[in-house]
This record gives sequence, structure tokens and C-alpha cells, in this order.
Amino acid sequence: MLDKLLMYLEFPFVRYALVVGVLIALCSSLLGVTLVLKRYSFIGDGLSHVAFGALAIATVLQLTNKMIIVLPLTILFAILLLRKGQNAKIKGDAAIAMLSVGALAFGYLVMNLFPTSSNISGDVCSTLFGSTSILTLTKADVWACGILAIIVILIFILFYNRIFAVTFDENFANAVGTKVNLYNLLIATVIAVIIVLAMNLVGSLLISALVIFPALSAMSIFKSFKSVTIFSAISSMICALVGIIVSILAGTPVGSTIVAVDVVLFGVCYLVGRIKG
Amino acid sequence: MALLTAKKLCVGYDGQAVLSDINFEINAGDYFCIIGENGSGKSTLMKTMLGLQNPISGVMEFGDGLNQNEIGYLPQQSIVQRDFPASVFEIVLSGCQNSLKNSFFYNNGHKKMAMENIKRMGIEDLKDRCYRELSGGQQQRVLLARALCATKRVLLLDEPVAGLDPQVTEEMYRLIKRLNDEGLTIIMISHDMGAVKDYATRILNVNDMEKMSC
Repeated sequence: MLDKLLMYLEFPFVRYALVVGVLIALCSSLLGVTLVLKRYSFIGDGLSHVAFGALAIATVLQLTNKMIIVLPLTILFAILLLRKGQNAKIKGDAAIAMLSVGALAFGYLVMNLFPTSSNISGDVCSTLFGSTSILTLTKADVWACGILAIIVILIFILFYNRIFAVTFDENFANAVGTKVNLYNLLIATVIAVIIVLAMNLVGSLLISALVIFPALSAMSIFKSFKSVTIFSAISSMICALVGIIVSILAGTPVGSTIVAVDVVLFGVCYLVGRIKG
Repeated sequence: MALLTAKKLCVGYDGQAVLSDINFEINAGDYFCIIGENGSGKSTLMKTMLGLQNPISGVMEFGDGLNQNEIGYLPQQSIVQRDFPASVFEIVLSGCQNSLKNSFFYNNGHKKMAMENIKRMGIEDLKDRCYRELSGGQQQRVLLARALCATKRVLLLDEPVAGLDPQVTEEMYRLIKRLNDEGLTIIMISHDMGAVKDYATRILNVNDMEKMSC
């Protein structure tokens, strides 16, 4: 089996997949804790559907670099959703549900009305579930993902203390002069970037899993924000690595395999947390 | 000179006045209580004092070199905090966020200050414990230590004994009194007239105020 793995590693696209997969998993786990604690878990889900709709538009327009449309649109909706949460006429969860199904339907409609290939259901399926897309990455994709991932990680490290403050207690942070709205905006933007990145890895339906499972696993065992963050980052990377390797060896779809590994790890962590008390 | 002066202050939201013609002065060393029933507008007044919302008319002045962001605030607990995985030290340290200025990380001075305030609240043995595992009274002490990191002069306490049992409530009041004796100015929001009378040097009762337009 090791031989088989080594043989696969000879291929550049497999190496790209591993590097990008691990980087994306790292990024997506970082803000997971904040999203879960701020009760924003569903935002990831909603935004990934927006990204799906945007991707459909980009596909129809036959753009070579789809990111040009997908990234700004997703960021825009992330900001709108977070703002909505503050003075909601339509309640937060309803707004997200509305947006996510709307974008999904719109995306599918556009793809059907203006088909760019003969295999529409194949296209849709791979956008939703990621299927083999991670293994078809080019060197340029890897660089783009790598740079975005490093920016996300840097932002997270630099603003770690502020993100903690804003997550734990918005009112207090506001009262002592921290620009809460600005940091919420930053969080929203970073989430949008992460989602667009992660879409390459697991497809748009499974992104939330990548964001929330590592955070929930860590939260069931660890007791300080720092240890929770570190554990979710490491565990997320390991799950992605294991998931990709398994998917290569067993020929399973990449995205769902990674998520399956995440789910198993969550089960283990939950049990450990229960036993430790 | 007064630390905080309200002149013909009118507070509310969306242009709708909740309380109007508020006049008071808070001096250094005061134990100032704002009391009123739920819905009487005391939270709105407090938010205006903290600069979380703008007054509809009138002014809120800060004197004697006090900045609005130098008020140590003890908010009521939110639902998010109940299952928050953070150690006591991390939370107290986050009280130093207003002295971070433009730097990204806390320095040793901040950490020392956090440690001192943890000792001041008598919760050293809880330093590495997880916040969500603490009792209500212990959690209030943690948040009080955090507020102390944000200020050297003024504490604003929003219903500090809400949800605490009688014995812990008594301890909490004594703790606040001690801080007042140490020279901190206390501003407390409460609906508990009985307890407030024993400690407060001055009381502002917003129930009596008329709700007229500004």
C-alpha cells in the first residue's frame, strides 16, 4: 500500500492536491470556533450556496478565472448577512435559508439554461460535492490557493486577540472602544475567502463541515480558547491529509472522504470529552 | 471637577425618547446608583454613557481627563458566554484591549496587570480553569477582574448581582464596596432599591422621570 501511495506521489497533481487540501483545511478551521460560538454556523452553509450560484454565472460567462466573480460576490453576501444579524427585519436564520436556497436554485437554473457542456448533471454534481476537482488543479490554482491561505492565516494570527475579544463579548469590546463592526466585517470577509477556497476541496455542499467539525471536536475536549484553536487547526489538517490519501488509495470522492474523517474524529473527541468529564 | 456630567440629556433609540431631561454629575469616588424598573430606560441611559449609542439631545461630558473608553464595564452575561471555551486568564487579559492601541499582541505589562486583578478578585486558583465550568458568582468575579483591566478609575456595573443567590449577592456587594473604598468610582445599574440604599452615596431613580419628548 505504501508503494502505491509513493507511486501516486510521483504525480504532480497528487502533490498539489495534498498541499492545497492541507492549507485549506487549516484556514477553514481557524474561524470555525468563532463561527460556532457566535451562532453563525449556518452562515458558512448559506455562503457556500451563494458561491455555487456565482460559480454558475462564471461558468456560463466562460471565464477562465472564475475567482474574479465568485470571490467578490461571496464577500458581498457575507457582509450583507452579518449586517443583517444586527438589525434584522427578517430574522438571521431565515435570511440565510432564503439566500442559500435562492442562490442554489438560481445557479442550477442558469447552468441548465446556458449549458456549457453536454454533461450538466456531472458539472452540477462536481460543484456541489467537489468530486474529482481537487485532483485537476493546475500549478496556478495551487499558487492562488496558497497565497490566499497564507493571507488568511496571517490575518488570523495578527488579529487573534481582537477576534477573541469580539467573539467573547461584543458589548464589552464596544464599550472599551474596540471597533467591533470593523472586526465583524473582517471576520465576514475572511469567511467568504475561506469558503471560496474550500469549494475547490470539498464542493459547496460540504464546506460547513470543514468549518464546524474541527471546532466542535476541539471544544469538546479543550478548555481555553488558545488550545481549542490550535487543536482544531492541527486536527483539521490531519483529517484533510488522511482524507485525501484514503480517497486516492480507495478511489472514493475526495470531499466526502475528508468530511467522513472529520465526523469520525468528532465522535472520538466527543467520547473523550464525556469520559474526562 | 466631575468625571461625568449629563446636561439636559435625552436618550432613546430611532429618534424615540425613552428618558429625557436627565441632569447629574458623577464625581471621583462616588458610588452612584441608577435604579429603575425593567423597561424604564436605564439600559438605554447606560449605553449612552458608554458611547454605544448617541444621545438624542443634550450632552454627556467626560471631565478630569477621563476618556469614554476608559470606563470598566461589567455587562450582563450573554448566552454566547455560557458555553465559551476560554480560560479565566484569557478573559481577564481581554480587558486590556483598550490599551493595545495599535499593537497586535499583549505585552508583559498587560499580562502582569491581568494577574494583579485576578489576585485582587481572589480567584488566583481559578486562573487556568475554563470559564463555562465556574459558578455564577465566580464568573462575575472574572468579568469584574476584566473590567478592572480596562480602567483605573470608573466601573460601570450592569445589574451585577442578577441571578446570584443571596449569600453570593452579599459577597458581591461587599467586593464592590471594597473597590469603591480603594478609590474607584462606581456607577451601578440596579432594580434592587433595598440593597442599593445601604451602599450608594447617590441614587438616580429613573422611575420618577417623566417621559416627555425632547
